[in-house]
Amino acid sequence: MARIAGIDLPRDKRIEVALTYIAGIGMSSAQKILAKTNVNPDMRVRDMDPDDIAKLRDVIVGEYKVEGALRSEIHMNIKRLMDIGCYRGLRHRRNMPVRGQRTHTNARTRRGKRGVSVGIKKKK
Amino acid sequence: MARSIKKGPYIEEKLLAKIEELNNSNQKRVIKTWARRSTIPPEFVGHTLAIHNGNKFIPVFVSENMVGHKLGEFAHTRTYRGHVNRKAEKSRH
Repeated sequence: MARIAGIDLPRDKRIEVALTYIAGIGMSSAQKILAKTNVNPDMRVRDMDPDDIAKLRDVIVGEYKVEGALRSEIHMNIKRLMDIGCYRGLRHRRNMPVRGQRTHTNARTRRGKRGVSVGIKKKK
Repeated sequence: MARSIKKGPYIEEKLLAKIEELNNSNQKRVIKTWARRSTIPPEFVGHTLAIHNGNKFIPVFVSENMVGHKLGEFAHTRTYRGHVNRKAEKSRH
């Protein structure tokens, strides 16, 4: 079983795609990692050599910020904005669009479903 | 479009000069300013600036986290007191 950064890689996918199941690794960084470790990107995860998996794991753990660490960094950044009381932080606090989009209409992703009052509702 | 790196951050020179003066003489004084467009350089940290929001001056204590932001981000210009709750509105009629 191939396990990298606390995530089980899907066994039947090509390794190039399987790596993108790790939060923080998309297609382009997956390709870079594979090029760096000289692993064939077309190999299925189930056929892979444990040594190759170990190599990939070393690169990912050593050089990339993934999963929990990445998420906490993102949240720290947002928390920083909220703590210093700047405009962007305010928008985060109110759950409104942060980058100057219009709110007369649309902005439903941030403001939540229509009809729910003013969008102060917090997800989860 | 973002500002060219070549130019460096925009910092209101008059304000910077005033702050430098305070730094050199180790004083702390609230400085009124209209320079909302000025970036906050590390020199400003620890000072209190009264930033104009179009109506009055909002006192802002500059902390380390604020470096790199613009002054205007900290003096909000809109007054928003919330909307009337739709249900409450209906029951009133």
